[in-house]
Amino acid sequence: MSSPSAPSPAERPSLAAVFRAFAVVSLSGFGGALPWARLVIVERKRWMSAEEFNEAFALSQFLPGPNVINFSVVFGARFGGAPGAAVALAGLLGPPLAIVMVLAILYARFGDIETLSHILAGVTAAAVGLLIAVVAKMAAPLFLQRWNSGPVIAILAFIGVAIMQWPLPIVFAVLAPVSVAFAWFKR
Amino acid sequence: MNDSPLLALFGYFALLSLFAVGGANAAIPEMHRIAVEVMHWMSDRQFADMFAIAQASPGPNVIIVTLIGYHVAGFAGAAVATVAMCGPTCVLAFFVARVWDRFKDARWRIAIQAGLVPVSLGLIGASAFVLARTADHNIYAGVITAVTTLVGFATRLNPLWLFAAGGLLGLTGWL
Repeated sequence: MSSPSAPSPAERPSLAAVFRAFAVVSLSGFGGALPWARLVIVERKRWMSAEEFNEAFALSQFLPGPNVINFSVVFGARFGGAPGAAVALAGLLGPPLAIVMVLAILYARFGDIETLSHILAGVTAAAVGLLIAVVAKMAAPLFLQRWNSGPVIAILAFIGVAIMQWPLPIVFAVLAPVSVAFAWFKR
Repeated sequence: MNDSPLLALFGYFALLSLFAVGGANAAIPEMHRIAVEVMHWMSDRQFADMFAIAQASPGPNVIIVTLIGYHVAGFAGAAVATVAMCGPTCVLAFFVARVWDRFKDARWRIAIQAGLVPVSLGLIGASAFVLARTADHNIYAGVITAVTTLVGFATRLNPLWLFAAGGLLGLTGWL
């Protein structure tokens, strides 16, 4: 975590290069763009060291909202200020938005067709499975630690939102401070 | 909220964007609650379809809000929902990025980040639950979900193959 002014691995990339890199990341990233962001930015372009990447990504996770979107803004801001952030964001969101708009139009038009809804039912079932796998991967380290508040908080958040169907902001406002307090006093 | 669907879209998603710790997938249950149960914008099944389309198309998962917005109010709805969901957090990210170095090692920063992990885990778990209730309405769909869970957990197979397999099995009409 302590990188005493690590030298930037390469010179500052141009705005066009940043746009292209994030467009590549977004178009490659099926079911999560993070591994691709790391591959393109750290390994291929060498715009950041692995450590810088981790730090920028930690910030993106710390902030609310979609992590990869935050990452594009953090990265762009660091390399090119406001224009850099805007360009990185446009690269990340532009191409997928164009694709998803086409899909939205097709869905509005053909969503009632039996065959399409059969296909989507299968894709949904698979997508849910992948989501459960993500949950399991996240849960494993938390539930394997000896005593900690994590599992209790996670289960309460689950019950509040999934079973009780309480509004997210309320569940969050109650549980997040408690969980942060536990994390503060633990160590 | 308001009669105008655009205002409602903007209000709900702008608020949601600030509570979506753990990314878009943590916010799925709240989107579902609002779109299906509170505002009656769509059916359970349509919501699940949009989740599937967003997951199976390239790019950040957050583009499910674009699909919801389009469904509710066409192109204007798509634009409003996307800007509302991404705008506030992008502005926040931009300004925090400039001062981040000052407090990245601060104890409160580390406590907040560690404390939010279990919350977002619970929320993403809730997403899976809410979607599974809609998607896995019979044994065949349940089996597909179970198998993809195992494959997703144990291997690093590109998810695209799993979506393709699920879609092909869906074609049989058993789901």
